[in-house]
Amino acid sequence: MNLFPYDSKFDFMRLRKVSLGIAIALLVIAIGSLTVRGLKFALDFTGGTVVELKFEKEVDIGDLRGKLEAAGFESAQVQTFGASNDIVVRLQPLAGQVNAEKTGDSVLAAARIEGNPAKLTRADFVGPQVGKELAEQGVIAVIFVAFGFLLYISIRFEWKFAIAAILATMHDVIICTGYFSVTGKEFDLNVLAGILSVMGYSINDTIVVFDRVRENFRGLHRLEAYEVLNRSVNQTLSRTIITSFVALLTVLALYFFGGSALRGMAESQIIGIVIGTLSSIFVACPLLLWFGTTRIDLLPRAKDDADLARRP
Amino acid sequence: MTLEYPNWKKAIIFLVLAFGLLYSLPNLYRQDPAVQISASRGAALDETIKDKVQGDLERAKIGFKAIELSEKRLLVRLLDGDTQLRASEMLRGSLGENYTVALNLASTVPSWLTRLGAHPMTLGLDLQGGVHFLMEVDRKSVIEHADERLVDDIKTTLRDRNIRGTAARADNGVLVTLRSDDDRKRAASEIANLAPSVVIEDGAGSLDSFPLSVKVPDEARIAAMDQVIDQNLSTLRNRINALGIAEPVIQRQGAARIAVQLPGIQDTAAAKKILGATATLEYRLSDIENASRTMDAVQSGRIPAGSRLYYTRDGQPVLLSRRVIAQGDEIVTATSTIDPDSGTPAVSIRLNDAGGRKMLQVTEENVGRPLAVVFIERIPETRIVDGKEVRSARIKEEVINIANIREPFGKSFQTTGLQKAEADELALLLRAGSLSAPIDIVEERIIGPSLGADNIRAGVNAVFYSFLFVMAFFVVYYKMFGIVTNLAVLLNLLLVVAVMSLFGATLTLPGLAGIALTIGMSVDANVLINERIREELRAGTSPLASIAVGYEKASGTILDANVTALLGGIALFSFGSGPIRGFALSLCVGILTSMYTAVSVSRGIASLFYSGRKKLARLSI
Repeated sequence: MNLFPYDSKFDFMRLRKVSLGIAIALLVIAIGSLTVRGLKFALDFTGGTVVELKFEKEVDIGDLRGKLEAAGFESAQVQTFGASNDIVVRLQPLAGQVNAEKTGDSVLAAARIEGNPAKLTRADFVGPQVGKELAEQGVIAVIFVAFGFLLYISIRFEWKFAIAAILATMHDVIICTGYFSVTGKEFDLNVLAGILSVMGYSINDTIVVFDRVRENFRGLHRLEAYEVLNRSVNQTLSRTIITSFVALLTVLALYFFGGSALRGMAESQIIGIVIGTLSSIFVACPLLLWFGTTRIDLLPRAKDDADLARRP
Repeated sequence: MTLEYPNWKKAIIFLVLAFGLLYSLPNLYRQDPAVQISASRGAALDETIKDKVQGDLERAKIGFKAIELSEKRLLVRLLDGDTQLRASEMLRGSLGENYTVALNLASTVPSWLTRLGAHPMTLGLDLQGGVHFLMEVDRKSVIEHADERLVDDIKTTLRDRNIRGTAARADNGVLVTLRSDDDRKRAASEIANLAPSVVIEDGAGSLDSFPLSVKVPDEARIAAMDQVIDQNLSTLRNRINALGIAEPVIQRQGAARIAVQLPGIQDTAAAKKILGATATLEYRLSDIENASRTMDAVQSGRIPAGSRLYYTRDGQPVLLSRRVIAQGDEIVTATSTIDPDSGTPAVSIRLNDAGGRKMLQVTEENVGRPLAVVFIERIPETRIVDGKEVRSARIKEEVINIANIREPFGKSFQTTGLQKAEADELALLLRAGSLSAPIDIVEERIIGPSLGADNIRAGVNAVFYSFLFVMAFFVVYYKMFGIVTNLAVLLNLLLVVAVMSLFGATLTLPGLAGIALTIGMSVDANVLINERIREELRAGTSPLASIAVGYEKASGTILDANVTALLGGIALFSFGSGPIRGFALSLCVGILTSMYTAVSVSRGIASLFYSGRKKLARLSI
């Protein structure tokens, strides 16, 4: 079975100006939205209100969660607390309710159950689950990741490849984050994890294509860089599509069957996989061409020369 | 090129398979929700109690699996979480105050597996819930501490500027008494420089006493409290991190409280000890000028100004300067070692820059004078007064070491005088940062899962479907090689679960999804191999050679692609915290195991299928 014709000869590089233009436009939109609109951070990041209720009898948690959702408290966390009639609810207060007690009262009103009266035992604000240090550490981590990529790819390939790969990867991460800013969808820790995994996916995909570029530069002596890049992308096209399809299959299953808890994470990954795949072809390779990569850059190193010299 | 797969590699595959099976096995044993009963105040824990518990449960129509009596505890294994809560409430009432009834999750893993070090993964707060502590910062002690510091700072400033006067703690601030109106003016401007947020007012004076009242406004108190809570939050994070408890939730709640939730820890007593521990160190100069008045101070209680009375571990009284040279929050790193000179346990300390400068300055000026190390521990006590629990705390301050300064030192030095266990614990606490104000646990409960049962079910189903889809696709697309790929993928899954269990990782729902995704992506290696084999076949290479060349050529690509992704994972693991770390761990483990299964194991399986067949006309790929 074949999903894709093997002898494809698309002229991807001809589209380089268009594709890089689109990439830059998307980046501008993403960064613009991130600076102007920002992200709609979830309870994990912002903190909110914690409300404790004591019911007379046991309560059904799922039922209670439904009631709160109906009252406009989206993504409220409802948990039993020691006993099955003690309930703790964590939520972001409704707009305009700065006072924790006020939120407590409206939660109590929303959680009314016929024949099972409840008492409000506590209403307090709660701080974020993750400290400010997470943001700092996140930035440091991303810098180190980029540095590690730069070093490794420079050693195994060449610095132009390293820069192109990092730019393509950052492009994917920024656009993915920008998507959450533009759509105003809730950004929680799971989405953050999803976006970080996009980084791994994207660099992986780019390296596979670059690997073939390197092989072809060394093997196909007479060809221009333009033609080498086109050929490499075409040769790896069926693999790129199958791998992305399989990864997408996984994430789509999480999106459609995973329930609300996994939807945000799955969404970030769907975007990430699509963008990550496209950027390897339409961003990373055109960048290589633009940087003026030639066969000379990838000539076997001194070590190989020595090996050659030793041969009879 | 041939397809040969050496026997030793085959042996490794079987060893790896056995390892995977053995160490992922404990995850199949579901923990039983249980109620743990232990006796307190000398009450008996015997067959009679066991019979009583059994009778009570039967009367209340609460179904249970088993009741196990051991030396220290009685364990009632129950059917589900709801009956667990009902049973614990019922038993708490029926057994009375002489028994502690606590919720527990009892392992059902057979003991031979536990002896091999095989443990199940802990389920995260979202899937299973955990222990919830509410800790309260002692507001009074924060204020006292801040005011004492202010008094010390004012005294030092007055002395440095040659202003004669005294300073003492007063209601909501400090009362400074000076000798002249002129001094008072100078003092007021110095204090305003020292602490810009305070409100300074002249008090009603007499001929030779000119008081100055220094009041700390409420906003400054709130700001100070916020700072204390922020520091305590990060200290608690560090401590929990140092203990290797993954995926906790630590957040501020209300004005003076911190809520801590830990997954999977059911021994609340142990967790409490670590969280609330306040052991720290203070470095003070010995007050040798007044040494002769030590006994007098002990007997009469008249302690010379500028000194405080302490006792050493063997009960000797000693007067130390009021001024603290360095203390716990200035310590950057601390490690437990053995002092090479004396061979006794020691804590090797490194101060931050400010602390190091102060220490160097003081030791330079005081060579030959004794320096004392004070070990401070806060011991919380709960007493029952009129049937109600009353919490209080006793502060134990001991001089663990007093020795002459032989030569000036700055940032790095060693402190002796502790027992080995104390040195270890102190080093951990100092490393994680000391609490900038003591906190008491005011509430502890078992908290249920933060995700609903339906959400958990949906998530687990989704992960299952994602595997099913991927494997079905491979069989359809690559036929025989699809089966080879699927076998490698299954072994990869087994290995990821085994390694994560061995590391004691905590499994959350997004973590589970992360594992699914890691594996979904790791099949890339197999796609690369299979596509290369097809490419070789199209180029006219013979089937067996195609397999060999396909594996050979794809290996380099797979290595480059995975090493870069692995680099990313390692960086996230080293610099990330909490959920990011857990995620990075599953990413790294997934990449490493998939490199082995995709390249080596799948090749082994392929050679099993094909190597015996000399004349292979076509491949099923």
